[in-house]
Amino acid sequence: MAEVLERVTKIIVDRLGVDESEIKLEASFKEDLGADSLDVVELVMELEDEFDMVISDEDAEKIGSVGDAVTYIQNNM
Amino acid sequence: MMKLEGKVALVTGASRGIGREIALQLARNGANVAVNYSGSQEKAEQVAKEIQEMGRKAFVIQANVADTDQVQGMIKQTIDELGKIDILVNNAGVTRDNLLIRMKDDEWDDVMSINLKGVFLTTKAVSRSMMKQRSGRIINISSIVGVTGNPGQANYVAAKAGVIGLTKTTAKELSSRGITVNAVAPGFIETDMTDKLTVEIQDEMKKQIPLARFGQPEDIANVVVFLASDDASYMTGQTLHVDGGMVM
Repeated sequence: MAEVLERVTKIIVDRLGVDESEIKLEASFKEDLGADSLDVVELVMELEDEFDMVISDEDAEKIGSVGDAVTYIQNNM
Repeated sequence: MMKLEGKVALVTGASRGIGREIALQLARNGANVAVNYSGSQEKAEQVAKEIQEMGRKAFVIQANVADTDQVQGMIKQTIDELGKIDILVNNAGVTRDNLLIRMKDDEWDDVMSINLKGVFLTTKAVSRSMMKQRSGRIINISSIVGVTGNPGQANYVAAKAGVIGLTKTTAKELSSRGITVNAVAPGFIETDMTDKLTVEIQDEMKKQIPLARFGQPEDIANVVVFLASDDASYMTGQTLHVDGGMVM
Protein backbone atom coordinates (compact mmCIF):
# COMPACT_ATOMS: atom_id res chain seq x y z
CA MET A 1 0.00 0.00 0.00
CA ALA A 2 2.60 2.51 1.13
CA GLU A 3 4.88 1.59 -1.72
CA VAL A 4 2.11 1.94 -4.34
CA LEU A 5 1.01 5.29 -2.91
CA GLU A 6 4.59 6.49 -2.93
CA ARG A 7 5.11 5.62 -6.58
CA VAL A 8 1.72 7.07 -7.56
CA THR A 9 2.51 10.25 -5.63
CA LYS A 10 5.80 10.71 -7.42
CA ILE A 11 4.11 10.45 -10.81
CA ILE A 12 1.40 12.94 -9.84
CA VAL A 13 3.93 15.42 -8.46
CA ASP A 14 6.00 15.18 -11.66
CA ARG A 15 3.04 15.36 -14.02
CA LEU A 16 0.84 17.96 -12.36
CA GLY A 17 3.49 20.01 -10.65
CA VAL A 18 1.64 19.95 -7.32
CA ASP A 19 3.16 19.82 -3.86
CA GLU A 20 3.45 16.38 -2.30
CA SER A 21 1.47 17.62 0.73
CA GLU A 22 -1.60 18.13 -1.47
CA ILE A 23 -1.75 14.47 -2.40
CA LYS A 24 -4.27 12.68 -0.24
CA LEU A 25 -6.23 9.54 -1.09
CA GLU A 26 -9.47 11.50 -1.40
CA ALA A 27 -7.92 14.18 -3.63
CA SER A 28 -9.63 14.40 -7.02
CA PHE A 29 -7.26 14.93 -9.94
CA LYS A 30 -9.49 17.51 -11.55
CA GLU A 31 -11.17 19.18 -8.57
CA ASP A 32 -8.26 19.28 -6.14
CA LEU A 33 -5.07 18.87 -8.14
CA GLY A 34 -5.82 21.11 -11.11
CA ALA A 35 -5.66 18.43 -13.80
CA ASP A 36 -7.58 18.75 -17.05
CA SER A 37 -9.05 15.74 -18.88
CA LEU A 38 -5.93 15.18 -20.96
CA ASP A 39 -3.73 15.34 -17.83
CA VAL A 40 -5.77 12.50 -16.33
CA VAL A 41 -5.36 10.45 -19.53
CA GLU A 42 -1.62 10.99 -19.34
CA LEU A 43 -1.50 10.11 -15.65
CA VAL A 44 -3.19 6.82 -16.40
CA MET A 45 -0.72 6.20 -19.25
CA GLU A 46 2.19 6.79 -16.87
CA LEU A 47 0.66 4.54 -14.24
CA GLU A 48 0.43 1.81 -16.89
CA ASP A 49 4.13 2.20 -17.62
CA GLU A 50 5.18 2.47 -13.98
CA PHE A 51 3.24 -0.62 -12.90
CA ASP A 52 3.56 -2.49 -16.19
CA MET A 53 -0.16 -3.00 -16.68
CA VAL A 54 -2.82 -2.21 -19.25
CA ILE A 55 -5.75 -0.17 -17.97
CA SER A 56 -8.79 -0.39 -20.24
CA ASP A 57 -10.64 2.75 -21.31
CA GLU A 58 -13.62 1.64 -19.20
CA ASP A 59 -11.51 1.27 -16.07
CA ALA A 60 -9.53 4.42 -16.78
CA GLU A 61 -12.72 6.47 -16.82
CA LYS A 62 -13.42 5.39 -13.24
CA ILE A 63 -10.07 6.63 -11.96
CA GLY A 64 -10.79 10.15 -10.73
CA SER A 65 -8.88 10.42 -7.48
CA VAL A 66 -5.58 9.40 -5.94
CA GLY A 67 -7.40 6.71 -3.96
CA ASP A 68 -9.08 5.35 -7.10
CA ALA A 69 -5.68 4.95 -8.73
CA VAL A 70 -4.06 3.29 -5.73
CA THR A 71 -6.99 0.90 -5.24
CA TYR A 72 -7.07 -0.03 -8.91
CA ILE A 73 -3.37 -0.74 -8.99
CA GLN A 74 -3.43 -2.82 -5.82
CA ASN A 75 -6.34 -4.89 -7.12
CA ASN A 76 -4.72 -5.50 -10.49
CA MET A 77 -1.04 -5.93 -9.74
CA MET B 1 20.31 18.97 -43.43
CA MET B 2 17.09 17.69 -44.90
CA LYS B 3 13.74 18.89 -43.58
CA LEU B 4 12.71 15.57 -42.09
CA GLU B 5 16.09 14.11 -41.14
CA GLY B 6 15.69 11.53 -38.38
CA LYS B 7 11.90 11.65 -38.41
CA VAL B 8 9.70 8.56 -38.62
CA ALA B 9 6.52 8.61 -40.68
CA LEU B 10 3.66 6.16 -40.98
CA VAL B 11 1.63 6.51 -44.18
CA THR B 12 -1.61 4.54 -44.52
CA GLY B 13 -2.63 3.34 -47.96
CA ALA B 14 0.91 3.92 -49.19
CA SER B 15 1.15 1.25 -51.87
CA ARG B 16 -0.48 3.27 -54.64
CA GLY B 17 -1.52 6.69 -55.90
CA ILE B 18 -1.19 9.70 -53.64
CA GLY B 19 -0.15 7.64 -50.62
CA ARG B 20 2.73 6.08 -52.52
CA GLU B 21 4.02 9.49 -53.58
CA ILE B 22 3.65 10.86 -50.04
CA ALA B 23 5.73 7.99 -48.66
CA LEU B 24 8.43 8.52 -51.27
CA GLN B 25 8.51 12.28 -50.87
CA LEU B 26 8.76 12.06 -47.06
CA ALA B 27 11.70 9.70 -47.55
CA ARG B 28 13.35 12.01 -50.10
CA ASN B 29 13.24 14.66 -47.40
CA GLY B 30 14.97 12.43 -44.88
CA ALA B 31 12.24 10.46 -43.10
CA ASN B 32 12.16 6.75 -42.36
CA VAL B 33 8.80 5.38 -43.42
CA ALA B 34 6.36 2.64 -42.46
CA VAL B 35 4.45 1.74 -45.61
CA ASN B 36 0.95 0.55 -44.76
CA TYR B 37 -1.15 -1.32 -47.28
CA SER B 38 -4.35 -3.30 -47.23
CA GLY B 39 -4.28 -5.52 -50.33
CA SER B 40 -1.40 -4.61 -52.64
CA GLN B 41 1.56 -6.26 -50.96
CA GLU B 42 3.86 -6.30 -53.99
CA LYS B 43 3.29 -2.63 -54.72
CA ALA B 44 3.89 -1.75 -51.08
CA GLU B 45 7.14 -3.70 -51.11
CA GLN B 46 8.21 -1.82 -54.21
CA VAL B 47 7.65 1.49 -52.37
CA ALA B 48 9.64 0.28 -49.38
CA LYS B 49 12.43 -0.88 -51.68
CA GLU B 50 12.63 2.53 -53.38
CA ILE B 51 12.85 4.18 -49.98
CA GLN B 52 15.60 1.83 -48.83
CA GLU B 53 17.53 2.63 -52.00
CA MET B 54 17.54 6.26 -50.86
CA GLY B 55 19.37 5.12 -47.74
CA ARG B 56 16.37 5.41 -45.41
CA LYS B 57 14.68 2.77 -43.35
CA ALA B 58 11.35 1.43 -44.56
CA PHE B 59 9.16 -1.58 -44.02
CA VAL B 60 5.73 -2.68 -45.17
CA ILE B 61 2.88 -3.39 -42.82
CA GLN B 62 -0.45 -4.91 -43.75
CA ALA B 63 -3.42 -3.56 -41.81
CA ASN B 64 -7.04 -2.66 -42.43
CA VAL B 65 -7.39 0.80 -40.89
CA ALA B 66 -11.03 0.09 -40.02
CA ASP B 67 -9.97 -2.71 -37.65
CA THR B 68 -9.02 -1.57 -34.14
CA ASP B 69 -6.73 -4.50 -33.35
CA GLN B 70 -4.93 -4.33 -36.67
CA VAL B 71 -4.41 -0.58 -36.24
CA GLN B 72 -3.00 -0.98 -32.75
CA GLY B 73 -0.71 -3.73 -34.02
CA MET B 74 0.44 -1.47 -36.86
CA ILE B 75 1.35 1.36 -34.48
CA LYS B 76 3.17 -0.98 -32.13
CA GLN B 77 5.13 -2.62 -34.92
CA THR B 78 6.12 0.74 -36.38
CA ILE B 79 7.46 1.89 -33.01
CA ASP B 80 9.22 -1.45 -32.51
CA GLU B 81 10.87 -1.29 -35.94
CA LEU B 82 11.59 2.42 -36.30
CA GLY B 83 11.71 3.60 -32.69
CA LYS B 84 8.90 6.18 -32.67
CA ILE B 85 6.31 7.91 -34.85
CA ASP B 86 6.71 11.62 -35.56
CA ILE B 87 4.43 11.90 -38.56
CA LEU B 88 1.17 10.10 -39.26
CA VAL B 89 -0.40 10.51 -42.68
CA ASN B 90 -3.95 9.20 -42.81
CA ASN B 91 -4.29 8.58 -46.50
CA ALA B 92 -5.99 5.18 -46.88
CA GLY B 93 -9.30 5.49 -48.67
CA VAL B 94 -11.72 3.74 -50.96
CA THR B 95 -14.66 4.71 -53.16
CA ARG B 96 -17.95 2.86 -53.64
CA ASP B 97 -19.79 5.35 -55.80
CA ASN B 98 -23.50 5.23 -56.38
CA LEU B 99 -26.39 7.65 -56.56
CA LEU B 100 -27.84 8.26 -53.14
CA ILE B 101 -31.14 6.72 -54.11
CA ARG B 102 -29.36 3.53 -55.23
CA MET B 103 -26.72 3.42 -52.51
CA LYS B 104 -26.68 0.24 -50.46
CA ASP B 105 -25.97 0.15 -46.75
CA ASP B 106 -22.74 -1.75 -47.25
CA GLU B 107 -21.51 0.81 -49.79
CA TRP B 108 -22.11 3.51 -47.22
CA ASP B 109 -20.62 1.52 -44.33
CA ASP B 110 -17.47 0.40 -46.17
CA VAL B 111 -16.52 3.92 -47.15
CA MET B 112 -17.31 5.41 -43.75
CA SER B 113 -15.36 2.64 -41.99
CA ILE B 114 -12.19 3.01 -43.99
CA ASN B 115 -12.21 6.71 -44.86
CA LEU B 116 -13.49 8.15 -41.59
CA LYS B 117 -13.39 5.57 -38.79
CA GLY B 118 -9.95 4.56 -40.04
CA VAL B 119 -8.66 8.09 -39.43
CA PHE B 120 -10.17 8.05 -35.94
CA LEU B 121 -8.67 4.67 -35.02
CA THR B 122 -5.22 5.42 -36.35
CA THR B 123 -5.12 8.86 -34.78
CA LYS B 124 -6.27 7.49 -31.44
CA ALA B 125 -3.68 4.74 -31.51
CA VAL B 126 -0.80 7.05 -32.38
CA SER B 127 -1.80 9.84 -29.97
CA ARG B 128 -0.46 8.03 -26.95
CA SER B 129 3.13 7.98 -28.11
CA MET B 130 2.94 11.47 -29.61
CA MET B 131 1.55 12.84 -26.32
CA LYS B 132 4.43 11.25 -24.46
CA GLN B 133 7.05 12.67 -26.77
CA ARG B 134 5.31 16.07 -26.66
CA SER B 135 5.46 16.39 -30.43
CA GLY B 136 3.86 14.97 -33.52
CA ARG B 137 2.34 15.76 -36.87
CA ILE B 138 -0.92 14.25 -38.01
CA ILE B 139 -1.88 14.93 -41.61
CA ASN B 140 -5.24 13.76 -42.87
CA ILE B 141 -6.03 13.45 -46.54
CA SER B 142 -9.51 14.79 -47.14
CA SER B 143 -10.86 15.76 -50.57
CA ILE B 144 -12.24 18.73 -52.43
CA VAL B 145 -15.59 16.94 -52.59
CA GLY B 146 -15.74 16.95 -48.79
CA VAL B 147 -16.20 20.71 -49.15
CA THR B 148 -18.11 21.01 -52.42
CA GLY B 149 -20.21 17.80 -52.50
CA ASN B 150 -20.31 15.54 -55.53
CA PRO B 151 -23.19 13.62 -57.12
CA GLY B 152 -22.77 9.86 -56.81
CA GLN B 153 -20.45 10.07 -53.83
CA ALA B 154 -22.67 10.68 -50.79
CA ASN B 155 -20.68 8.17 -48.73
CA TYR B 156 -17.25 9.43 -49.82
CA VAL B 157 -18.22 13.08 -49.45
CA ALA B 158 -19.69 12.54 -45.98
CA ALA B 159 -16.55 10.72 -44.87
CA LYS B 160 -14.19 13.36 -46.33
CA ALA B 161 -16.21 16.20 -44.77
CA GLY B 162 -16.06 14.23 -41.53
CA VAL B 163 -12.28 14.10 -41.81
CA ILE B 164 -12.16 17.90 -41.84
CA GLY B 165 -14.23 18.10 -38.65
CA LEU B 166 -12.17 15.36 -37.03
CA THR B 167 -9.01 17.24 -37.98
CA LYS B 168 -10.20 20.40 -36.20
CA THR B 169 -11.26 18.58 -33.04
CA THR B 170 -8.11 16.51 -32.85
CA ALA B 171 -6.08 19.67 -33.38
CA LYS B 172 -7.80 21.33 -30.42
CA GLU B 173 -7.50 18.30 -28.14
CA LEU B 174 -3.83 17.68 -28.80
CA SER B 175 -2.49 21.21 -29.28
CA SER B 176 -1.34 21.50 -25.66
CA ARG B 177 0.89 18.47 -26.19
CA GLY B 178 2.83 19.89 -29.14
CA ILE B 179 0.94 17.89 -31.74
CA THR B 180 -0.40 19.59 -34.86
CA VAL B 181 -3.19 18.15 -36.96
CA ASN B 182 -3.95 19.41 -40.44
CA ALA B 183 -5.78 18.19 -43.51
CA VAL B 184 -5.03 18.36 -47.20
CA ALA B 185 -7.94 18.43 -49.62
CA PRO B 186 -6.77 17.34 -53.07
CA GLY B 187 -8.74 18.30 -56.14
CA PHE B 188 -8.58 16.11 -59.22
CA ILE B 189 -5.28 14.26 -59.04
CA GLU B 190 -4.20 11.80 -61.70
CA THR B 191 -4.26 8.36 -60.03
CA ASP B 192 -5.86 4.95 -60.57
CA MET B 193 -8.98 6.48 -59.03
CA THR B 194 -9.31 9.20 -61.69
CA ASP B 195 -8.05 7.04 -64.57
CA LYS B 196 -11.36 5.18 -64.32
CA LEU B 197 -13.22 8.30 -65.51
CA THR B 198 -14.11 8.65 -69.20
CA VAL B 199 -12.24 11.17 -71.35
CA GLU B 200 -15.41 13.26 -71.71
CA ILE B 201 -15.81 13.52 -67.95
CA GLN B 202 -12.12 14.33 -67.59
CA ASP B 203 -12.39 17.16 -70.15
CA GLU B 204 -15.49 18.47 -68.43
CA MET B 205 -13.64 18.47 -65.13
CA LYS B 206 -10.67 20.40 -66.49
CA LYS B 207 -13.01 23.23 -67.46
CA GLN B 208 -13.79 23.69 -63.77
CA ILE B 209 -10.14 23.96 -62.75
CA PRO B 210 -8.69 27.50 -62.88
CA LEU B 211 -5.21 26.10 -63.54
CA ALA B 212 -6.81 24.00 -66.34
CA ARG B 213 -5.02 20.73 -65.61
CA PHE B 214 -5.21 17.77 -63.26
CA GLY B 215 -2.84 17.69 -60.33
CA GLN B 216 -0.13 15.11 -59.87
CA PRO B 217 0.42 13.03 -56.73
CA GLU B 218 3.61 15.06 -56.12
CA ASP B 219 1.52 18.21 -55.76
CA ILE B 220 -0.14 16.66 -52.71
CA ALA B 221 3.03 15.03 -51.40
CA ASN B 222 4.87 18.38 -51.44
CA VAL B 223 2.22 19.97 -49.24
CA VAL B 224 2.29 16.98 -46.88
CA VAL B 225 6.07 17.38 -46.54
CA PHE B 226 5.53 21.06 -45.74
CA LEU B 227 2.95 20.25 -43.05
CA ALA B 228 5.25 17.59 -41.60
CA SER B 229 8.21 19.95 -41.42
CA ASP B 230 9.17 22.68 -38.95
CA ASP B 231 8.09 25.22 -41.57
CA ALA B 232 4.47 24.50 -40.60
CA SER B 233 4.95 24.47 -36.83
CA TYR B 234 2.50 27.36 -36.25
CA MET B 235 -0.37 25.78 -38.22
CA THR B 236 -2.95 23.43 -36.80
CA GLY B 237 -6.56 22.50 -37.56
CA GLN B 238 -6.26 23.75 -41.12
CA THR B 239 -7.43 22.25 -44.38
CA LEU B 240 -5.16 23.10 -47.28
CA HIS B 241 -6.82 23.01 -50.67
CA VAL B 242 -4.51 21.68 -53.34
CA ASP B 243 -6.81 21.68 -56.32
CA GLY B 244 -5.63 24.07 -59.01
CA GLY B 245 -7.83 26.78 -57.57
CA MET B 246 -11.19 25.03 -57.65
CA VAL B 247 -12.08 25.96 -54.07
CA MET B 248 -11.35 29.57 -53.21
